[in-house]
Amino acid sequence: MPILLDLFLTFAKTGLFTFGGGYAMIAVIENNCVEQKKWMTHDQMMNITVIAESTPGPIAINAATYAGFLRAGFPGAVAATVGIVLPSFVIIYIISMFLDNFLELPLIDNAFKGVKIAVGLLILDAGINMLQKTPKRLFTQAILIGSFAAVLCAHLFSLRFSSIALLFVSAVISLALFMVKGGDKK
Amino acid sequence: MIYLELFFGFLKVGCFAFGGAYGAIPLIQDVVLEYNWLSREQLTYMIAVSESTPGPIMVNLATYIGSAQAGLPGSILATLAVILPSFLMILLISALMKTAIKNHYVQAVLQGLKPCIIGIILATGLYMSFDHCVAGQTLDVPAATLTALLAAGMMIFRKFFHKKLSPIGLILISAVLGMLAYGM
Repeated sequence: MPILLDLFLTFAKTGLFTFGGGYAMIAVIENNCVEQKKWMTHDQMMNITVIAESTPGPIAINAATYAGFLRAGFPGAVAATVGIVLPSFVIIYIISMFLDNFLELPLIDNAFKGVKIAVGLLILDAGINMLQKTPKRLFTQAILIGSFAAVLCAHLFSLRFSSIALLFVSAVISLALFMVKGGDKK
Repeated sequence: MIYLELFFGFLKVGCFAFGGAYGAIPLIQDVVLEYNWLSREQLTYMIAVSESTPGPIMVNLATYIGSAQAGLPGSILATLAVILPSFLMILLISALMKTAIKNHYVQAVLQGLKPCIIGIILATGLYMSFDHCVAGQTLDVPAATLTALLAAGMMIFRKFFHKKLSPIGLILISAVLGMLAYGM
């Protein structure tokens, strides 16, 4: 099978059968690309996980782009990325045509009143998990508490400011502190 | 111009969504509410649908919002915009290899971004859960009961099985509880 088609199909399969996004996908990609297809080494897979965590965007996309690029350059990166996105794109597109009508059924409407609560708890749970893995450094904790308080106040008092502005401010403060402490020389 | 708004709105999300899907949700909420694409409630429903269908949650949300706002072209544009920044960045990093990621200045920026996004996620989750439990000035008793039940369920599951209840599992249970609580 030509390598581009192989990349496309392998990642399409990953995209079609992996629920829950992110880390669930990393495990499946590792199994496919490292153990079965031997497209990359375990170390390369570890690298991509670290890179995916430090760059924005969906982790699965990062991993697919990287694996495709390693194996077949730019065309490979495109084939793998399109492969991983296409199945969910088609599924969601079909759902989007029916969801509004579907929600008008009383039974479904009631179900979603319950589901809405689960979504809030899932987000809170994800935040708590990340919190537990945060280093206990004063600076890190200060930024965390600051952004937490800012967003909570914004919600409670209906203020409008963008989370992106908050991220930007945090990055600038962190960079400034690093430079004040002597920059690259430590 | 809805196509441009969709493209640039999701490009912003794609550029700043650190910390995976949960990091993206507060950003998507910002953009969606700013342009009035969906109500807070519709967005919450859609997050649940994205969790329960295969594929990256961020991509699923982009596809849905694009489609709801501007049909097939809208969904293609929004999906493209949300994946473009990470696609380009990975190509760049693959070309330069990991040196960029190991650079101390890049690390300093990341050390500011990571705790900030965790704070944003925590506040979003906490406020969402709180908001569902009140109706106007009073406590929404069925919703508060469901919240307590589900939270207790998650904790008990983790204690006994030593792993997390999967998001799909929790969503299914909450759907059944919702039908029971509001349907009776």
